[in-house]
Amino acid sequence: MGEPEMKKKWTKTVLIHGTLVIACFIIAAPLLFALVGSTHTRGEASSYPPKISFGSAGFENYETARKSGLGKMMWNTFFVALSATLLKTVIALFAALALVYFQFRFKNLIFFFILITLMFPIPVRVVALYDLVQKLKMGNTYLALILPFIASATGTFLFRQHFMSIPSSFVDAARIDGAGPIKFLIKILIPMSLNAIGALALILFIYMWNEYLWPLIVITSKDKQLVQLGLKMLMQDVAGEQVWGVAMAGAVITILPPLFLFILLQRQFTRGFALTSGK
Amino acid sequence: MQSYFSGRWTPYLLITPMAIVCLLFIFYPMVETTILSLYKVSFFGLKKIYIGFENYRNLFTSSDYLHTVWLSFIFAGAVMVLTMPVSLCLALLANQKIRGITIYRIFLIWPYALSFAAAGTIWFYLFNPTVGIINYLLNLGFGIKPDWVSDRTLALLMIMITTSWKMLGYNIVFYLAGLQNIPMEILDAAGIDGANAFQKFRKITLPLLGPTHFFLFIMNLLSCFFESYGMIAIMTKGGPDYATNIMIFKLTQDGFTYFNSGYASAQSVILFVIVCTLTLIQFRTTEKLVHYGGA
Repeated sequence: MGEPEMKKKWTKTVLIHGTLVIACFIIAAPLLFALVGSTHTRGEASSYPPKISFGSAGFENYETARKSGLGKMMWNTFFVALSATLLKTVIALFAALALVYFQFRFKNLIFFFILITLMFPIPVRVVALYDLVQKLKMGNTYLALILPFIASATGTFLFRQHFMSIPSSFVDAARIDGAGPIKFLIKILIPMSLNAIGALALILFIYMWNEYLWPLIVITSKDKQLVQLGLKMLMQDVAGEQVWGVAMAGAVITILPPLFLFILLQRQFTRGFALTSGK
Repeated sequence: MQSYFSGRWTPYLLITPMAIVCLLFIFYPMVETTILSLYKVSFFGLKKIYIGFENYRNLFTSSDYLHTVWLSFIFAGAVMVLTMPVSLCLALLANQKIRGITIYRIFLIWPYALSFAAAGTIWFYLFNPTVGIINYLLNLGFGIKPDWVSDRTLALLMIMITTSWKMLGYNIVFYLAGLQNIPMEILDAAGIDGANAFQKFRKITLPLLGPTHFFLFIMNLLSCFFESYGMIAIMTKGGPDYATNIMIFKLTQDGFTYFNSGYASAQSVILFVIVCTLTLIQFRTTEKLVHYGGA
């Protein structure tokens, strides 16, 4: 490589790094401001020019947020999101197992019907769904929060694609060993699909953790409420005044669980999706 | 395709949980919604009167409702224009083979994990007209202090910016996945034929990303139409003066504040038709694009 060419390549690398660093910073800036703001007292939050260094109320703000119910809501949301994710994954695995390794009547029709459920997000059927939940005497329960979410078309599609890419010699080997479908699922399919399962579990957990509209409608008592509604609650104190420090503390603390999980599973996430798009 | 396992009833047993949930919580409510849209429901659902297409007629002649439809499209359109090109550029950069690329990727896509409600809370703080950092900087640079809370256009702009920022991560993830599926051989071959970087991007990368554009178009639209609810509830509550009152906001108001179930159900059906139509149109055009790209 000649000298001018080396120099050109070097300039290009520096430019790419520079642009990426700036982009990452711009994307992160709001969260950084929120983090700083979460330590401000009322006085510090309303100072002008805005205070952009850490304040003195860090611990108090987080404690106020926890005590006003956010702590309980975090646990509620953990329970709901975890149960929904688990049920969704298992149901989708069963469905994909049937769709890939069995031949039965109406198979393609059933798959088609599972897929078109993507066209019916909760908001499109919310009124009738609410009536149904009331009829089933499930108003203000976690069952009402979990059950309408556990049919995952995305999961069925993802697992189906993935199972189809597994060489048939694995099934043949399992059959020679006399393994039934459930044993085959547990011993071979699941261990071979950990990336896909991780990716799906991640998006499902984040989806449930971030749910706003459905819990707003179904849950009527504060001690059962989920965490996103808690954010709205923290926007104002009992006197109806905006307390930015506490609101920011709430925002920061509720972001942490999904963010932590995201960073933990980010490998599975990117790999699981690379599998779905064609390869 | 063959059946790998015997057992006549096993496949049906395996698919039963999925089928029950789909039928009970998805298809049944959808049918019920469609039926309900033909009724006038009053007294908290105790009285139902069949009125045919009256609800739809009322909706299509209501300037309030047409405003929410128009607004929803403007909102979603603006978010796509703001977020998709930027995401694609950032994904192209994050697809380069340079040091520390894994770290960059995490820092580019983490807002995926963030909720609309949390994004709304944070940006409402940044946009606060008196104590927010945005107005402080605008005042410093241009000597202006816009009122993001009570000005109709600015309030809409505020939720557009917040949504675009929140959707960046999501868009980058899928553009990156799309870019990684483009075979290097094609790009190398074009390079040998003398195509420059821009030509390669325009003639190869962009068309080959067809399915990704399609997928993101739909996902961004659905996010703006539905998921943005939490953000709007925290930032503007549909206001000021209905300036950010998108379709889903009006639907839930009519359904759960005024208990006008029939009227709300008709809005659900219209939303469903819109989403389906757009999906189909986009699917058709993408098919052509993909074919043209030779994939």
